This record gives sequence, C-alpha cells and structure tokens, in this order.
Amino acid sequence: MSNTTLISILIMSMLINNVVLSQFLGICPFLGVSKKVDTASGMGAAVIFVITLASIICGLIYHFILHPLGLDYLNTIVFILVIASLVQFVEMFLKKAMPALYKALGVYLPLITTNCAVLGAVLLNVQNEYSVIQGIVNGIATSVGFAISIIILAGLREKMQYNRIPKAVQGFPFTMFTASLMAIAFCGFSGLK
Amino acid sequence: MNLAENTPLERLFNGIVKENPTLVIVLGMCPTLAVTTSAMNGIGMGLSTTVVLALANLFISLLRNVIPDDIRIPSFIVIIASFVTMVDMLMQAYTPELYKSLGIYIPLIVVNCIIFGRAEAYAYKNKPLASFFDGIGMGLGFTLAITVMGFIRELIGSGAIFGNPIGSLPEYAPAIFVMAPGAFLVLAIMITIRAHIINTIEARKGIRLPVTHTDEEGSECSSCAMRMSCAGKFQKVEAMMKADKEAKAAAAKPTDTKPADTKPADVKPADTKAADAKPADVKTAEEKPADVEPVDAKAADAKPAEEKPEEAESPENKKKEESAAPQSALERLKAMKTADEAEKEANK
Repeated sequence: MSNTTLISILIMSMLINNVVLSQFLGICPFLGVSKKVDTASGMGAAVIFVITLASIICGLIYHFILHPLGLDYLNTIVFILVIASLVQFVEMFLKKAMPALYKALGVYLPLITTNCAVLGAVLLNVQNEYSVIQGIVNGIATSVGFAISIIILAGLREKMQYNRIPKAVQGFPFTMFTASLMAIAFCGFSGLK
Repeated sequence: MNLAENTPLERLFNGIVKENPTLVIVLGMCPTLAVTTSAMNGIGMGLSTTVVLALANLFISLLRNVIPDDIRIPSFIVIIASFVTMVDMLMQAYTPELYKSLGIYIPLIVVNCIIFGRAEAYAYKNKPLASFFDGIGMGLGFTLAITVMGFIRELIGSGAIFGNPIGSLPEYAPAIFVMAPGAFLVLAIMITIRAHIINTIEARKGIRLPVTHTDEEGSECSSCAMRMSCAGKFQKVEAMMKADKEAKAAAAKPTDTKPADTKPADVKPADTKAADAKPADVKTAEEKPADVEPVDAKAADAKPAEEKPEEAESPENKKKEESAAPQSALERLKAMKTADEAEKEANK
C-alpha cells in the first residue's frame, strides 16, 4: 500500500465519487438540513466525526473478528448496530467531556444514526477490500465530500431564498433542481481520474 | 373510494395511491435516486424492499407488546437488518445479475427511511394482518414510483425499454439522464408535476389538500428518517439556540429608555417561540392600549412584569409613543433583526 493509492482513494471518494452527488448516499440530510450555512456546516462536522469513528471501529471489527471467523454475512447487522450505539456513546461522551463540542454537534448526532452515508461508507470499505488504514482514509474523504456538498447547497439556497419561484417548484423540487446542477458540476471532476 | 379503516384492501390502496411513500411522503430518496438507471433495476429494488417491508412490519407488529418502548428503535433495527440480510443472500444466490447492478444499495435497505418510518408509525401500533398489508401496499407504491422513474430515465437516457433498445434511438440519447444529475432532474420534475396538479385541484375546488412535505414549513425534518422518533427534537433545539441568541442580543443592547425592556438572559425557548408565533396579537394589542396587559402577557411571557404597571399608568401617552417607536422588547428585537438583515444585504 503506497501513498499514491491513499491519495487516489482520498480524491476519488471526496470529489469524483462524491458521496451525495454521484452515489446518492445521505440524501435525506443533504436535502433536509441545508437551509442555512450554519446548520449545514454543523451537520457536515458531525458527519465527519461519526463516519471517521465508524470506519475505524467497523474496520477493526471486520478485519479482526468477522472476517477471520467467516461471519461476513453478519456485516450489515453488526455495522448498523455498531453505528447506532456509537452515535449514542458519542453523544453521551461529548455531553460529559466536551460540552462545547456537544452544543455544536449535539443536535445533529441523533439524526445521523440512519444516515445511509455512514453505513454506505463502511460497507464500501468492505466491498472494495480496503485495509483498515485505507478504510479510514476512505471514511474521512467520504465525509469531507459530504460536508463540501451540503455546505455548497446551503450557500446556494441561502442566496436564492428571496428569489421568485413558481409555486409548484417551491421547496423540495427547487432544492432538487439545484442539486442536479451541482451534480453536473461535480461530473467535471471525473476528468481527474 | 371509501374503504373501512385498516382492512387489507384499504392498506394496499393507502400505500399505493393515498400515501405513496416516494411521491407523497417523499421518503426513501437514496435508493429512489440511485438505482433508477433502468426500469428493471427499479422493479428489483422495489420488490426486495417490499419483501423486507412486509416481513418487518409483520414481525414488529407481532412483537409490539413484547418490545419495551425505550429500546424499540434498536429492536426495529435488528429486525429490519435480519430481513435485509436474508434478502441480500437470497438475491446473491438466485438473481446474481440484479444483485450486481444494485450492489451496495441492497444492504442499504436497512437504513431506508420508508421501512423505519412504517415500523414506527404503523406496525408498532396496529394488528399484524393490517401491518403486513400496509407493508405490501407501501412497498408496491414505492416499486411503482421507482419503476416509472427508472422507465423514464432509461427511455430518455439510453433509448431503451426494459433493456431493449428502440431502433437507432440509443445513438441520440442524452446520457446525462442515466448519470447522477439526471436522477435529481427527473425526480424534481416528477414532484413538480405532482405539486402542480395538487395546486390546480386546490384552486379549483377551493380546498386545501393535505400536502405533506413539499412546502417550506418544517422541511428541515421532513426528509429525515428519524423524525418520527425524534419528535421534532431538531426543531426544538434549533428554537432553543435561536432563543439563546436573541437573549444574548437583548442583554448586549444598552438599556437606555426603559429598564423593563431588558430581557432576562435565561429566556425559555417555548416562551420566545410563543411570542414569535403571535406577532399579530402584539400588533392588535398596540392598537388598543387598554387591552395591552392580558394579551401581551400571554403573547410574550419573556417580558418582565414591571412593564405592566407602567403601561397601566398612562395608556394614552403609551399609544402615541408606540406609534413612533417599537415599544416592547419583542418589537425592538424584531426591529433590530430587520436592521441587521438590511445591513447584511447592504454588505453583500
């Protein structure tokens, strides 16, 4: 495993295969929590935090427990339980140890449990047969990609808040149109391959 | 159609038409966008989700008296994940091609908002048979919606119907429709058309149809899988943060004219929310100073009580002053906010 592969994983997961705009994972928070840049960056930070931790823990569990014992078919159940309890623990830990960080992230943590980006990133690590280190890099890159796209969308929505929009397009469809244009822009990154 | 509540047929109708999960409730967006590159993928994804949904609903409904309230969410997750694993393995064995093209999205059925939402909203509270058919109805509604979407994308994007290319159409097909941007675009257009139809019906009949989440209000939580269980926690905390901010702003503001205007720093969020929600009340109160005390106290609990006697002393003067400058703390905050916003706009 050389440094080049790590860097290519980083670029691939962050920009080319952007988790939201080309893999459609984590669409729910992407559309739901992108009204203001403040909340969007809070959500992005919380996702970075959780995905990084989840890919470390799930990577270790997979490589040292599930795979050696031939229990690969339990992946989904184990990972989702690990993520759900991880989110709970992180919430409790932050509440006690780092109240400031808890105040910043606390709102978003419970929303992340069923964010498919977390489970998706962990499952992709297994599917692509990444080692633990590669998995962690992939997790970080995926979540940074998520943060980038949600913050851009929130910025766009803030700017366009006072625009005149036909009634039928208001709200959800309008956000989808914006996301579509963003996805076209992100298609350009596939030239980086 | 008038069907008795909670009968199998009513449940099917409800899932497919009345509360179609994709088009009406706007749930389960991730698979909807991801796997609809062809109609066949849509059917495969839809049917596997239907199986998981029906079985998970059935089991959760059977176990609803056994599962304690506090740990119901982990229990749901385990039940759903078990069925998803079963479906995953069955598909790997019997439909390897479909399994390959759906890829990671099959295990991701676990976190599909539709399944979790139905478990929480329906199966946990209703009888097994009705829950089972609710699952089938919802699943078929989902299947229908994503198959139609897959059909459209496949037809435009790769010029084929169910994998059969039509003449020389594939040569001219804009491939962007089977790529990522096309997914957003097609879904946006579909929901726009639906919203337009609903708006037209509403305008013609003069009624308000129960539009669920396409409106701006409450859209923060609308597409989140956890919103059923978090019960608006997100919005509550956001309101709390807002109240904190306002309290700080009020404390920072020099108390020039009236000591009554200083807001206590520990403003309760609910109060400020109530105050925010009733700007109309405050205005009417201003117009009729005689009525000021009861309405104001109700609308803005955050205001200290000292203001009352002062207002009672000279209602006439008050009226004049009020017309000149915003009086209550609430009004002043609002004015401040608008000023801030105007400043921001100017800076831009």
